[in-house]
Amino acid sequence: MGIKSQADFFSGVMFTAVGATFAVGATTYNIGDGARMGPGYFPLMLGILLSVLGLLIIFQALVVETADGGKIGKWAWKPLFFVIAANVAFGVLLGGLPSIGLPAMGLIIAIYALTIIASLAGEHFKLRDVLVLATILAVGSYIAFIWALKLQIQVWPTFISG
Amino acid sequence: MELFHNLAIGFGVAFTFTNLLYCLVGCILGTLIGVLPGIGPVATIAMLLPATYALPPVSALIMLAGIYYGAQYGGSTTAILVNLPGESSSVVTCIDGYQMARQGRAGPALAAAGLGSFFAGCVGTLILAAFAPPLTELAFKFGPAEYFSLMTLGLIGAVVLASGSLLKAVAMIVLGLLLGIVGTDVNSGVARFSFDIPELTDGIGFVVIAMGVFGYGEIIGNLSQPDDEREVFTANVKGLFPTKDDFKRMAPAVLRGTALGSALGILPGGGALLAAFAAYALEKKIKMSPGEVPFGKGNIRGVASPESANNAGAQTSFIPLLTLGIPPNAVMALMVGAMTIHNIQPGPQVMTSNPELFWGLIASMWIGNAMLVILNLPLIGMWIKLLTVPYKFLFPAIVLFCAVGVYSTNNNTFDVWMVAIFGVIGYIFLKLKTEPAPLLLGFILGPMMEENLRRALLLSRGTWSVFVTRPLSAGLLVAACLLLGIVLLPSIKAKREEAFVEE
Repeated sequence: MGIKSQADFFSGVMFTAVGATFAVGATTYNIGDGARMGPGYFPLMLGILLSVLGLLIIFQALVVETADGGKIGKWAWKPLFFVIAANVAFGVLLGGLPSIGLPAMGLIIAIYALTIIASLAGEHFKLRDVLVLATILAVGSYIAFIWALKLQIQVWPTFISG
Repeated sequence: MELFHNLAIGFGVAFTFTNLLYCLVGCILGTLIGVLPGIGPVATIAMLLPATYALPPVSALIMLAGIYYGAQYGGSTTAILVNLPGESSSVVTCIDGYQMARQGRAGPALAAAGLGSFFAGCVGTLILAAFAPPLTELAFKFGPAEYFSLMTLGLIGAVVLASGSLLKAVAMIVLGLLLGIVGTDVNSGVARFSFDIPELTDGIGFVVIAMGVFGYGEIIGNLSQPDDEREVFTANVKGLFPTKDDFKRMAPAVLRGTALGSALGILPGGGALLAAFAAYALEKKIKMSPGEVPFGKGNIRGVASPESANNAGAQTSFIPLLTLGIPPNAVMALMVGAMTIHNIQPGPQVMTSNPELFWGLIASMWIGNAMLVILNLPLIGMWIKLLTVPYKFLFPAIVLFCAVGVYSTNNNTFDVWMVAIFGVIGYIFLKLKTEPAPLLLGFILGPMMEENLRRALLLSRGTWSVFVTRPLSAGLLVAACLLLGIVLLPSIKAKREEAFVEE
């Protein structure tokens, strides 16, 4: 009995695992009974339900024939890494990271970092184009978010603006 | 007439300078993201939610609504000219619309989509105005048991009408419900699943989930596919007006699309996407008149009907939200979020406690539709230019908007870390071919369902039969079972799969 649909099989595993985790976690809270439900009641029910659904999906993935084997295909590590990294870099630069002593660098620097890192996720990287794009985005964001919408975001690094 | 009186209040609100401006902004943004493939109304509305803090609630909702129905207009432009659905509900428009463009008839195709959408939008708005008050009356009879059953029906509806595997969709809903529970329990004050992280005691922000899963997940998915050769039919958009023959075929198709779309929009789980699919399937069933171009080869009916249907569905999906406070699809789930940000509890009381908001929003939809016809037909050239912007310039901008939107929700970098996690999760969902929309719906409904379940069982002293002994609640549950039963019938099951595979 082989796996007939990879995508279904692994999503079933995911659902079962997450459901079981929630159900076990829920038991650390007061469960209560139907009339007086504790904080653990509803999550416990749902956790069990999710695990059961997950098991059903696994079962189906092992039994029901699919045309293409429900292949998951290659993981796109490069876009995954760079898009997420761009986002994290943005957060670090914008808000600073006190634990490593990095001061807040502000919106503009964060935008340049985000644009450059995110662009690395694409196929053709040309630094000049990316810098032009970053500049347009920086100016546009300043106008849209700071000037028009008046969002409370630090614009320049702390050591400049004080 | 009560209706006209109410609409008069609404137009009074909608016709103020500020609200007209925000309506226009919403429509332009909606068209923009509709035209651009790879970003949909869910991500955009999620992005703009924080920005609406500063606005008055009516203006904020008018703008966000404009984005949703504006996207329905914009999506058709991309579908017709580039053979890419600019927006998921335009998938079927590609089939015949693109063929028309290749035959040099892009103009009539665009006009059919635009005019059909406008007609459907007007009808949808009227239906919304007419049906909202009686449904609101009904909603006041609802107790916690009814609400719980209604949400169950809504969630089941969302699954049944969604594409893909039924079991996986149900599992996604349950997962969403569980994620919705993270945070402080309102009854006992216990922080659940928060791992002693102070930010998590407030629960996971739904902007975070929406952006991570829909924004980042999609971008990563798009980037992993090689660039297709896109052929944009920019030069041959001239002669916008359909011929007399076109009109004769278009008109009944628009009417059918509107009727079907309006009906499907009201259903839980319905909305623009489903409406478009159903309308195209219906058109294919209707007998061809002699000399008509077959479907898939550039039949104008294949453009007019689904485009009308998706717009009608977009309008009427506001009905369950505004009358019952239950979001029927992911976009409406975000609207719940928008209303909560402005301290408006969605539900039947909105109409009586905030009549100017309620009717103002409805009236603005009609105005917005009128604006959209102008934006999308005479000004079509502007949007076509946009289509020539390559994706490599677009996606960093989208990543930026997501990041700014997430950060500014709470001015907190914690949310930025969370969205990174959900971005990865979103990509995993994509790889495992699990539809994320039910997750968002479950996430919004999770706390509401738990609250109503608790209250219902508290009142009944723990007797579960309360859900079937109260007639309204029993009726809703029966409807849910019927719905589930129908989809599981082998003949319907095959049809359902067929309907979603046909692209």
